[in-house]
Amino acid sequence: MSLSINENSVIEVHQLHKNFDQVNAVNGVSFSVQRGVTTALLGGNGAGKTTIIAMLLGLLLPSAGRITIFGEDMLQNRYRLLHRMNFSSPYVDLPQRLTVRQNLTVYGHLYRLPNLGERIRQLAVDLNLTELLDRRYGKLSAGQKTRVSLAKSLLNEPELLLLDEPTASLDPDTADAIRSHLEQYQQRTGASILLASHNMAEVERMSANIIMLRQGLVVDTGSPTELITRYQRNSMEEVFIAIARNHLPLTVAT
Amino acid sequence: MTTPDIKFSPRRIGAIVLRHLYLMRSSWPRVLEMIYWPTVQMVLWGFITLFLKGNSSYVAQASGILLSAVLLWDVLFRGQLGIALVFMEEMWSRNLGHLFVSPLRPYEMVISLILMSLIRTLIGIGGAALVAIPLFHYNMFDLGLPLIAFFLNLIIMGWAIGLTVAGIVLRYGLGAESVAWVAVFAIQPLCAIYYPVATLPGWLQPIAWSLPASHVFEGMRELLLQHTFNTTHLYWAMALNVIYLTAGIAAFLAYFRAARQRGLLLQIGE
Repeated sequence: MSLSINENSVIEVHQLHKNFDQVNAVNGVSFSVQRGVTTALLGGNGAGKTTIIAMLLGLLLPSAGRITIFGEDMLQNRYRLLHRMNFSSPYVDLPQRLTVRQNLTVYGHLYRLPNLGERIRQLAVDLNLTELLDRRYGKLSAGQKTRVSLAKSLLNEPELLLLDEPTASLDPDTADAIRSHLEQYQQRTGASILLASHNMAEVERMSANIIMLRQGLVVDTGSPTELITRYQRNSMEEVFIAIARNHLPLTVAT
Repeated sequence: MTTPDIKFSPRRIGAIVLRHLYLMRSSWPRVLEMIYWPTVQMVLWGFITLFLKGNSSYVAQASGILLSAVLLWDVLFRGQLGIALVFMEEMWSRNLGHLFVSPLRPYEMVISLILMSLIRTLIGIGGAALVAIPLFHYNMFDLGLPLIAFFLNLIIMGWAIGLTVAGIVLRYGLGAESVAWVAVFAIQPLCAIYYPVATLPGWLQPIAWSLPASHVFEGMRELLLQHTFNTTHLYWAMALNVIYLTAGIAAFLAYFRAARQRGLLLQIGE
């Protein structure tokens, strides 16, 4: 049930396990993420999406299994790889009392970026943050914070971007602007994106590949079109519900 | 845009220090708090000194003995608290997840915490020491070069405790944050701050001598009462601090690894 592993992969995950005491949060997951496209990690609450992303980032140590990113073992070469990656999540904050510019400056220094002032200015223009640069992060709306978090995740122009629900709690207009910016970024840089989302319209729009998870296992993979056809449904939303309720097609169930 | 990886980056350490300097600049209550308690303690003990000067031959011999003790004790306390509070600021702001998906190494974080603790302690104790000059005609800087040795040994011991406390709070969550405020007071009676180690019961004295702070305060008393700087106490304090700081850093890194095993860097809370 894994995607084919080939040299075009930026992430290769093999038999990944994570146990918390008696709970198997991730239970032998294998998949790969292809270069230059967006891959979605889908599943209901508790399916293991955030746990997998945390392990890919090295924030969480696997109980067993292997993670290879850009052809290198993630656990052994974590810091070298982190220069080429970044991450955004509405559930991980930035310091509230610092201004947007101060936050981006601190993170720019952490990535040891050259021409940091110019980089921040450019990102502010791209993400419509110029007016907010000198406002405190804690005073911003949810949508503005999401844009700042995205700006932070793009500071080092990552080749691999991991996004945990990047448009959660955003109005449709702001969410659309974020998606458009991510698509433009990907077109311009050839970056790979791994996206965890509950927004099926977003997944259908952005993702070339989908990895479906349930109870810490990969239950299916494919493009949105392939999955919709295989499950004989009309949309990814219906496919998601079918998988969450274990209504698998015979080809998968067997 | 990708920059080459280096194992130790002063710029990354500077980034964390800058983040906390930005925070201090945006929040005057935080700066006030650094100076407030050391100054209140100094004023209280200053008046006690004034009273005891006429009633105690011990204090009359060296009127600065109590004020030196209280200010130097605060070096240890503020050094410890500086590490723990700066680390907890990251937990309160739920920022650890972002920090540790950047190339920031845990040991670079440790050095940043130490630098911020030094800055905070210098602000707090320096402010109180300066206020003591006009208020009680007591100049702590008259201790001369030994003051640097006392200060360094006490703040290093504070760092060792602070790093352990930061690790405990990371591992057990913000519900354990009160440890940052109370941990150091468990050893306060054994540090010979206001009385010699010989005052303690015999069975407690070896424990007291195993603390770098006890050697510092014994050395301070010798300097003020006998006007001699006992280097034996200094060497003992330094040797013990090598062990304490190594243990403190090891404890923080071990708790950090435990946090990575348990997924705590993304789920900071009570």
